[in-house]
Amino acid sequence: MIKAVMVINTQGKPRLAKFFEYLPLEKQQELIRNVFGVLCSRPENVSNFVEAESIFGPDSRLVYKHFATLYVIFVFDSSENELAMLDLIQVLVETLDRCFKNVCELDIVFNYSKIHTILDDIICGGQVLETRSTEIMRAVEEISKLEAAPNAITLIPKSSSGWLSR
Amino acid sequence: MSGPSLMDSLFQRSLEDIIKGLRQQLIGEQAFISKALEEIRKEIKSTDLSTKSTALLKLSYLSNLHFHDMSFAAFHALEVLSSPRFSHKKIAYHAISLSFHDSTPVLLLITNHLRKDLNSTNEFEVSLSLQCLSRIANVDLARDLTPEVFALLSSNKLYLRKRAVAVVLRVFEKYPDSVRVCFKRLVENLENSDPQILSAVVGVFSELACKDPRSYLPLAPEFYKILVDSKNNWISIKVLKIFSKLAPLEPRLAKRVVEPICDLLRNTAAKSLLFECIRTVVTSLSEYESAVRLAVGKVREFLVDEDPNLKYLGLQALRIVAEKHLWAVSENKEVVIKSLSDADPNIKIESLRLVMAMVSEHNVSEISRVLVNYALKSDPVFCNEILGSILSTCSRNLYEIIVDFDWYVSLLGEMSRIPHCQMGEEIENQLIDIGLRVKDVRPELVRVARDLLIDPALLGNSFLHSVLSAAAWASGEYVEFSRNPLELMEALLQPRTSLLPSSIRAVYIQSAFKVLVFCLHTCFVQGGSIVPSASLNNLPAGVSASVSYESFDEISVENGADVTVVHGQTCASAPITKESIVNLLNLVELALGPLLGSHDVEVQERVRNLLGFVDLTKPEVLNSAVQEKDDSEGKGVETSKVIKLMHDAFSKELGPVSLSAQGKVSLPDGLVLKENLGDLEMVCGDLEPPSSNTFSFGSSYEEKDGLSFSNPQIKEDSEQTNESTSLLAEHRKRHGLYYLPSGKSELVSNDYPPANDPTLQGDIDDNADNLVKITAESLVPKRKPNHGKPRPVVVKLDEVDEKHVAMKKPESRDDSLSGAVRDVLFGCEDVPPTLSQSNLSNKLSSKRKGKEKQHTDPHVESKENVIDDGNSSLRRKDRSHGKERRHRSPRKKNVEERKETNQKEKEKSRRHHARHKSRQRAEEPLKVSAQTPVIPDFLL
Repeated sequence: MIKAVMVINTQGKPRLAKFFEYLPLEKQQELIRNVFGVLCSRPENVSNFVEAESIFGPDSRLVYKHFATLYVIFVFDSSENELAMLDLIQVLVETLDRCFKNVCELDIVFNYSKIHTILDDIICGGQVLETRSTEIMRAVEEISKLEAAPNAITLIPKSSSGWLSR
Repeated sequence: MSGPSLMDSLFQRSLEDIIKGLRQQLIGEQAFISKALEEIRKEIKSTDLSTKSTALLKLSYLSNLHFHDMSFAAFHALEVLSSPRFSHKKIAYHAISLSFHDSTPVLLLITNHLRKDLNSTNEFEVSLSLQCLSRIANVDLARDLTPEVFALLSSNKLYLRKRAVAVVLRVFEKYPDSVRVCFKRLVENLENSDPQILSAVVGVFSELACKDPRSYLPLAPEFYKILVDSKNNWISIKVLKIFSKLAPLEPRLAKRVVEPICDLLRNTAAKSLLFECIRTVVTSLSEYESAVRLAVGKVREFLVDEDPNLKYLGLQALRIVAEKHLWAVSENKEVVIKSLSDADPNIKIESLRLVMAMVSEHNVSEISRVLVNYALKSDPVFCNEILGSILSTCSRNLYEIIVDFDWYVSLLGEMSRIPHCQMGEEIENQLIDIGLRVKDVRPELVRVARDLLIDPALLGNSFLHSVLSAAAWASGEYVEFSRNPLELMEALLQPRTSLLPSSIRAVYIQSAFKVLVFCLHTCFVQGGSIVPSASLNNLPAGVSASVSYESFDEISVENGADVTVVHGQTCASAPITKESIVNLLNLVELALGPLLGSHDVEVQERVRNLLGFVDLTKPEVLNSAVQEKDDSEGKGVETSKVIKLMHDAFSKELGPVSLSAQGKVSLPDGLVLKENLGDLEMVCGDLEPPSSNTFSFGSSYEEKDGLSFSNPQIKEDSEQTNESTSLLAEHRKRHGLYYLPSGKSELVSNDYPPANDPTLQGDIDDNADNLVKITAESLVPKRKPNHGKPRPVVVKLDEVDEKHVAMKKPESRDDSLSGAVRDVLFGCEDVPPTLSQSNLSNKLSSKRKGKEKQHTDPHVESKENVIDDGNSSLRRKDRSHGKERRHRSPRKKNVEERKETNQKEKEKSRRHHARHKSRQRAEEPLKVSAQTPVIPDFLL
C-alpha cells in the first residue's frame, strides 16, 4: 500500500503532499522536512531508495526521483515493489508532461487541483489503479469538462457580486 | 446567472491569486497567508456556494502546502458538498479528504451525502465519493455504506468497479463484518478479464494476505491461475506477493508454484517482476535449492549492474538469502566487499550488513580487521555505522563468536582510538562486561586499559571519556594483573584528568585508591608475610621490595624517575625521591589535594577517603623508611593490618548479578532476617552508614576500621573488627550465591531456564541448589595459564534468556477480520459433507471469533442471512456451538475466551502439522481424504 506521495522542490518547499492515512498537519510538515533533509544531502547518480523507517516508522520504504528542480517521492510498505514504484513515478511524471506539455515546477505550482485529480486517478486508497497515462489523461479531461459545465439540474443563485467586487 | 466558464475562470483565478501573491512575497509570506486566511474565514460563511467553495479550495491549498489548520471549515465543507455542481463537490471532497479524521465531529453527517453520490449516475461523482470514503471511512461509515460499495463491486463501469475494489480494503479493515457481504463478490472479480480490475483485486488480496495469510489459502487455486496466465507485470508482482505469504503455510502450494515462478524468473524482461520473483524465492521458497540457485544467479546480475538501484536491491535480496544460504553471500563476497566503498550510503550500509552476516567465529578477526580499516577511511557517519555493527555482532549472544578474547579486547581498544569513533558508551559497556564475565582476559584487559590511560591525548576527546572510565575501572579492579602499578597510578592522577567529567573523575580516584592499596599491600604485607623481618629491613628501599615481589627489574625504578620528570614539582618537594611508595603517596596528596574542595560530592568524598588513607599510612611508611630495624615492628604490623584489610576488601571479586537472582533463592530455614540485622547494628555501632556505592562500601567501611587501629584501645576494637569482618565474610559466603563469580565451564553449557518460566516456580529449591553448586565450584580457584586455544569461560546470566523468551510472545492478530474472512470463505467453498468432526471444530474456533463480534451487532446478522446461501444448515450448527461457548463464559470475559481460542489454535496448528506429515505418506489415502480441511485439494 502506498502511504504518501510528495513533490518537494530543491529548496524544500512542498509542491504536492498526499497522505493516504490521516496525519496531523504538524506531523505532515515534520515528515516532509525530514524527507527533504535526507534527499538534499544525497549525491547525484546514487540509488533512488532511502531508508525510511527512521522517518515513517516500521515497514516503510521510500523511493524518489529527482527532476530538474523537483523531487518526486513515494512512500509505501512491503506490499509494493520498489522498482514498480519507480515506474509509477515515471508514469506520474509522464502524465504531467502530457498534460502540461513539458511540465515544469510552475505548472505544478499553479495547477494544484489538477495535480490532485491526476494523482487521485492513479492511486485510490493507497492502491495503484491506473498506470496508463492515456487513460489517466482521458479521465482527467472528462473531469475538467464536468467541472466547467453547469450541472443540468442546477441554477446557481445569482450572487457574483461577492467575488466580482474583489 | 453568469456563464459557467466565467465562473470557472474566476474560481481559478482566486486560487491563482493566492499562489501568485505568495510567489511575490519574499519576506512577508506569513503575513500574506494570515491575511488570506482572514478573508477565507469571511468568505466561507457566505451563502453563495461559489464563493464558499472558492474559499474552501484556497483553504485546502493553504492547509495542504502551508500546513494551516482547516478544521474550522469542516461544516462548511459539508455545506459545499451538498451543492449539485460537480466542481463544488470536487472541492468539498478534496477538502474533506484532507482534513477529516475519526474524531471530526461532523463526520457522521457525511453519510447521506456519500450515499447519495455513491448512487449517482455520474461516474465521476461516484468516483469522488469512493475516493473520499477510502480516506475517511470509520466504523460507522463503513457499516452504513457497505451495501453501496457492495453494489459497486459489480458495476459495469470498470472505472468505478476498480475503485470500489480499492475502497473495500478500508471498509473491511474498519468494519470486518462487511466481509460477509462483500467478500464473495470480491472473489468473483478475481476471474475478471480486465487487467485493471484484476490488478486492483489482486492488490487488495495482497494487502489482506499480508495481515493474515492463512485465511486466504482456500483461494490459492484462483491465484495460481492468475500467476500462470497473467501477462501484466503489475498483476504478477502482486500475485507473487500473495504467494510469498501463502507458500510457507502450505508445502504443497510451495511445491506447486515453484516451477511457474522459476519460469517467470528465467523469462521476464521486467526488472521489477524479476526482483519480485527473486524476493519470493529467497523469502518463501528457500528450501528449493535449484530455485534459490537460479535466483542467486539473477541477484548476481543485479549486483554487477551499473544501475545503483539494482545493486542496492540485489544486496537486499542477498541479505534475505543469507539467513538460510550463506553460500550465496560467500559466492559474491568480492562484490559485497567492494560495495563497502560505494558512493551511495544505502549500498554501503547494505553491504556492511551482509559482511556482518558472513561473520563467524573463524573469520571474525579478519573481517573485523578489514572493517576497521574501512572505518578509518570513511566518513564519520559510516565509520560509526561500521563500529556499531562490529560491536553488536561480536557481543551477540554473550560474545558467542569470540574465541580469542585477548584479541577482542585489544580490538576494542583500537576501535576507541579511531578518530571518528562515537561508540564510547558501547565500548565502555563491553569492556566492563567482558572484564566481569571472562576471567582469563583480565591481564590483557588491564594492558589495554593501561595503554588507553597513559595516553594524555585521549583525555581531550569527549567521546572517549566513557571508554576511559571503563579503562580506569578495569585497571583498578584488576590491578593485580598489572605489570606496572606505579605507572598506572601516574596515569590515573595525571593533570589532564581535569578534563574529565566529575562522574568519571570519581572512577579514576577510586581506581587510584585500589592501585595504591595494592602497591602498599604488595610492598608491606605480602613481602612481610613471606619474610617478615626482611621486608621491614628492606623498607628503606621500598621500591626493591615491591620490585622483588613482582619480579620487576629496573623498570619501576625508571618509572620512579619518570615521576620526577612528569611531575617535576612533586619530586622537588618530595624528600625521598628514591622510594616509589613515598613518591606515590606524595603524588596522591599533590594531585588530589586541590580536589578536596571539589563541588562534586562524589569526587570530594572519594578524594577524602583516599587522602585519609594516605594520612593514615604515610607516617608509618616514612618511619619504616627511615628506621632500619627494631621499632617498626609494632606499628608496622598495624599498618600492614590496615593495608591487608583494605586489600581484602578490594580483592573481593565483583561479578555480574542477574536481576532475578534474588527471587530465585528461597529463604533458608532458620534464617530470621531481623536477628541478623540486629547483629549488624551492634557490629556497626558507631559507624556512619556507608556510602551507597558498591565500591566505596568496602573502602569507607574498612577505612574507618583502620582508623580505630590507631586508637589506644586496640585490643577490644580489633577483636570486634575481626568479628565484624568474619561476620561480613560469612555474610558474603552465604549470600555470595547472588554474585555469580566468573568461572566455570559448566555455566556455559548450563542453560538456565528463564525465571519467568512457569514450571520453574515449582522447584525453586532445585534452582537454589544449582546456584549453590555453581558458587561452590567457583570457590575453587582455577589458575590456568591462558594458552589462547580454548575459548575462555563467559559467565552467563539468565536475564538474557528472559528477554529472548519475552520476544517470542505470540503477536496478536486482527482476529475479527480474519475470522470473518474464514467464515465467508468456508461458507463459500463447497464443504464436503464428509468433513470430519475434528476439522469442523478447528474451523469453529476461527468462526467463533467472528461470531463474537456479530453478537454485538445484530444488525449484520440479518444481512448475513440474506447473502448466505446454501450452507445455512452448517452455519446454524456453528452458531449453536458458538452460543454454547458464550453461555459458558460470561459476556465480558473476552480475555479468557481468547486464551481458549489461542489454545485451540495452537492445537490446531499442531494437528495441521501432523496432517501434512501424514499426507506426505501417500499410502494412506483414506485418512487423507478424511482430514483434508483448510485447503481443498485443487492444486494436486
